Order: sequence, then C-alpha cells, then structure tokens
Amino acid sequence: MYLSTITRPKTAGWKGISANVFALGAVSLVTDVSSEMVTAVLPLYLVVGLQLSPAAYGVIDGVYTGATTLLRLVGGFLADRTDRRKGVAGIGYALSAAAKVGLLLAGSSTAALGAVITLDRAGKGLRTAPRDALITLSTPAGDLGRAFGVHRAMDGLGAFAGPLVALAVLALAGESFDSVFMTSFCVAALGVVILVLFVRDHRSPVPSEPVRVKAVGGLWRDGGVRRVVLAASLLGLATIGDGFVYLLLQKREGLSIGWFPLLAVGTSLVYLLLAAPLGALADRVGRLPVMLGGYVALGAVYLLLFGPLGGWGLVVVVVALYGVFYAATDGVLMAFAGPLLPERLRTTGIALIQSGQALAYLGSSVLFGLAWQFWGPEAATRLAAAGVALTLAATVALLGRRS
Amino acid sequence: MTTRVRLLVTALAAVLLAAVAVGYAALSGSAPDEVASTAVSGPRLVVVSNGRLATVSRSDPSGPREVTEQRCDRVYRAGGTTSCLRPVGAFKAGELAVLDAGLNEVRTVPLTGFPNRTRVSPSGRMVAWTLFVDGHSYAANGFSTTTGILDTKTGALVTSLEEFTSTVDGTAATAVDRNFWGVTFTADDNRFYATMSTGGHRYLVEGDFAARTLRSIADNVECPSLSPDGRHIAYKAAVNGDPQQGWRLSTLDLGTFAVTPLAETRSVDDQPTWLDQRTIAYGIQRDDGVNDVWAVPADGSGAPAVLVPEANSPAPPD
Repeated sequence: MYLSTITRPKTAGWKGISANVFALGAVSLVTDVSSEMVTAVLPLYLVVGLQLSPAAYGVIDGVYTGATTLLRLVGGFLADRTDRRKGVAGIGYALSAAAKVGLLLAGSSTAALGAVITLDRAGKGLRTAPRDALITLSTPAGDLGRAFGVHRAMDGLGAFAGPLVALAVLALAGESFDSVFMTSFCVAALGVVILVLFVRDHRSPVPSEPVRVKAVGGLWRDGGVRRVVLAASLLGLATIGDGFVYLLLQKREGLSIGWFPLLAVGTSLVYLLLAAPLGALADRVGRLPVMLGGYVALGAVYLLLFGPLGGWGLVVVVVALYGVFYAATDGVLMAFAGPLLPERLRTTGIALIQSGQALAYLGSSVLFGLAWQFWGPEAATRLAAAGVALTLAATVALLGRRS
Repeated sequence: MTTRVRLLVTALAAVLLAAVAVGYAALSGSAPDEVASTAVSGPRLVVVSNGRLATVSRSDPSGPREVTEQRCDRVYRAGGTTSCLRPVGAFKAGELAVLDAGLNEVRTVPLTGFPNRTRVSPSGRMVAWTLFVDGHSYAANGFSTTTGILDTKTGALVTSLEEFTSTVDGTAATAVDRNFWGVTFTADDNRFYATMSTGGHRYLVEGDFAARTLRSIADNVECPSLSPDGRHIAYKAAVNGDPQQGWRLSTLDLGTFAVTPLAETRSVDDQPTWLDQRTIAYGIQRDDGVNDVWAVPADGSGAPAVLVPEANSPAPPD
C-alpha cells in the first residue's frame, strides 16, 4: 500500500497547493475563530456567568472532550461510503454553528448545556476526517506536507484570532456573554457559506461499489496503516494537554487567570507562523524527521516547566517550543499518513488515526492528572518527558523502516 | 456559479451576518440594569440577590428587599463587618472587599479564583474566604481550592491555610493534594474550624490562627458552620462518604461527636448558616440556575421551606 512513497512522489512545490486547499483553509480559519471564541469564555461563563458549581463544570468539560472520538470514525466511514466528503463535512460545520445558538437557548440548565456542547463537539468529530481526506485528495502526494502546512496555518490563524475577537466583543458589548455566542454563531454560519460555495468535493472517477464495513477491517490488517495508527496513539499518549501545560506555567510564574487565553493565543501564533514552513521542510527532508523534531520540542517543554529558566523568558520559550511541537506534528502526521491509505477508504483511515490519537490523549491526561496528584507536578512532568523520549524511540521503530 | 457571483454571495452573507451580530450586541449591551429596592427595618438577614448585596426582614424574609450597589458573589456579615467576594469579570480578577457598618470599603485583598465561601467572626474582626482555583480539574473533576484569613485588627493576612502546620490524627500532613475550604470562627477571634481534604478524606480541622496550626478532629465534614452557642457544627456530609453521591446537611455535636442528619434530603452544596440556635439556612440551586435560600430546623425535625426566594449566601441578623 505504501509503495507510492518509496518511489519519489510527484511534487509541484507551492504550486501543488490547489484552490480547494485554500478554500478548506478559509473555512477552517473562519470556523476556528468561531469555536475558539467560545472556548475562551466558556469556563468563565459557566462558573461566573451561570454560577454552576465547579463539579458541574467538570462534568461538562468531560463531555466536551469525550464526545468526538467515536463520531470521527462514523463520519469518516459515512464520507467514504457515500463518496460525499464535502456533504459530511458540511453537516459537521452546520451542527457546530447550530450549537452556538443552542448556547443562547440553553440558559443555565446543566443538561441542556451538556447537550449543546456535545452537539458542537459532534460537529467537530464529523467534519475533521472528511476535511483532511479532501486535502489529501486535492494535492499531489509530494506536496502534502506543504498543503497541510498551509491549511493548519490558516486554521491556526483562526485559533489565534478567536480569543481576541471574544475579548473584543466582551469589551464592546458590556461583558455580555450572549453577544459572544451570537457573534460566534454568525462567524460559524459564514464558514458554512464559504464551504458550500467554494469547496469542491472529490468524487471517485469511476463509480464503484459502496465501501463496506468489512473493508475497514482490511484497513486495520494493513501493516503500514496499523503502524501509523499506533504511532498516532503514541503521539496522543505523549501529549498531556494544553490545560496542564498552561496551568503549570501559571502556577510557576503566578500568572493571573486572565493569562490563560493569552498563552493559547501565543501558542497559536507560533503554530500558524511555522506550520507552512515546517510542512514544506517535511516535504523536502522527510516527514518523519520533522515529526521527531516536534517531539524533541515537546520533551523540552516538559523539562523546562521545572527547569532552570524563570520569569518571562520561561513563558516565551515554553510557548514558542509548544507551538513548534504542534506545527511539526499535527499536519505533518496527516501528510505522512495520507499516501498510505487507499483513496476509497482515505476518510475512514484518517478518522482511525485521529481517533487513536484522541483516545490516547484522553488516557494520558487522566494519567498525568493522577501522577500530579500523587507525586507532585515536578515528578509528573519529568515522567511526561520520559514518556516523550520513549515515544520518540518507538515512533522511529514503527515508522523508520520505510525510508 | 462564476467565481464573481460566489464572491458576491459570500460578501453579502458576511455583511448580513455581521449586521445580526452587531445588532444583537447593541440590543443586549444596552439592557437597563434596574434594581427594585425597598428600605427594610428591624432585624435583617443579609443575602446576595441577583449579584448584589441585599437585606431582607428577618420576620418577612420573602417580602421587600433592600438592594445595595455592592456587587458580590458571596457575602457574610457579623459584628458590623461585611465581607463581600467581588465577582470575577472578563477583564478583572476577583477580590475580597471588607465593608464597615456603613458599607464603606475599608480594605480589599486581590484574589485569584472563583468566589465560593466567606465568613466573618462574631466580633467582626476575622474574615475568611474560600475560592476555587481552576486547578486539577481536567482529569479527576477535583477542583482545587484556596482558603485565606484576614485579621482586620492587626492587618495580618494568611493567603493560604497551606502555610499552617497541619496534622491528621497527630501525624503531620504534608501531602501536596491538601485542599482547604469553609472556615467558621469561634468567638475568641483565634480558633476556627474548616475542612481539609487529603488522600480522599475530608477532615474537620480545628485551627489556631496565632499558633498557625490545624489538627483533624473528625472525618467526612465539609463546609462547617459553628452554632451560636459554639457547641455544634452544621455541615454537609458526603453521602456514603462519596461527594459524587451528593451531600446530606447534618449537625455534629462537638462534645459527643454525635451526628444528626437534618430534614433536608436534597443534596446541598453550600456552607450552611445558623440563623439562630434552632434554624439553619442554606442555598439550593434550581434547575434553571437561580438560587433560593432555604431553612430547616437544626434538630433534624420538621421540613425544609423556602426562606428567601431568588437569593443565596444568607447571613443571620447582626
């Protein structure tokens, strides 16, 4: 299956990036502005605006992260089966837009809020794999690193702008959370409009038999695919979560809570600046070395959280390295995986990889939380850094033999 | 559709959606913030009503209420001192405001976290608070708290009870997972009670402000509140020792350590307040998110009843 990458893949340099990738990037940019606006203010809204007990917030937060995983697989398979990746992605984007209105209507009922947030995450779960599959299907194999780099840069720009837009709306609308949600809905709706008007679906040239569930099993039996899924799960395991990284920074430097969104903004900034260049580098020197470089950056982040640096230097270096880690792994992994997956099962395969990563991440954040509780934050981060080193070695063992 | 038409449609949609967003913000931003307030006389309860410090008549608590300009998430009043935990805004951190009898701000303490509990000692000298710090929430739903005490007479400020030396059954407790919440003061302006959680237990601890010590005296006691006679603790007891199953409002006799569950059978997540030696008040959140202040007899008899509708954080007449 992965023969195509052994022979030198086709490449057209930056020109290989089609209008479709830019259109998808624009949709992601706009949608990320919308969703990051809400993410930035949601904890504040729940605990301060609605005076929900933090226990209730914890439950909602859990639902928020847990809801997407299975839907990714369902969405991926549906997209392949119907050969309508744009359609499935579109439903996902529309669901998330509708969820923003739901936030307005849910009031302070915990059950309704949980349902609305699940709807939002369901939309994200549905759309991610078809979108990434469309990128791979619209780009020559040799330029996938660049294509994902460009897409993730646009995506990151949205994530960068979202919290700032939210703060601006709060400032202008007299700290009205409802205005943030309404603005977020309008922005999300614009994203759907751009998707409908500008993104081209990629249909298989020959109408073939619909994809069957059995074929998914075949995907898993493919050694190359299995190794990438395992590698993606390892990546998930190595990631303890933004929340913990920022929280540790905050604790170490005594930053006030208001800094939380800004740390995310800083990471997004580095991510969006480096995603495209690192993607191009991956196309040139190989995707694996760039990914491994990302792991080194992540390991450095964990070590620095209790390292020799301090003060503003520490905050800047950690945020920068964290952005490097994302830029060197997120899109690059997809570019690495794309060519390994048969076209007809591309969305399902991508969904499988992302699900593995997401589930492993859920596990690792729980484990890290426990390690923190029992051994303290310093030992926990050292452990996490050791985990990164192991992941790096295992990834080389899993994926290295191909090149 | 040609590219030009598509661009035109997109631009049109963008303008339309922007108009909706701006229109909505303009309408919601200008909503008037009117407060109906009526002067109240006689013995008065202090509550938080719609985010503001308010008072109601002890004899007619569901009747007219006097709403002040003070924005607070949580209040308490005793000995002429009012403590008010200011709400966290989108752009500002919270703070503790200590108000005198005329509601003038005499001292503020900047705080990081979300207001949760506050108490004032009977004389009005000592002020305590508990905040939720957005802490270890991601994995285990276990939020972390920070609890501090201010001596308004000397100005001595303890920002976290973690600074004190704490013991559980005589053994020093130094685990990093220690959390403190829910201080209640005795009449001597030095000793106090609070909850310390560590290793899955939630202990009632007795604290000594001058000696900077805390020692455990009972298990499964959260958010203690000392009775006016200083011999009973009203608190929330985790059902079957598991907070996930909710809390039963109970009292503890400090002499015999006998526990009496109160007639309130719904789960209560609040630090109860003694309105007098026989009555305990507490807030309960409705499904729609609004709180009501309820009251129940302190001896386990009777039935709970709404005391002050649409209010929380009750404090007894001063």
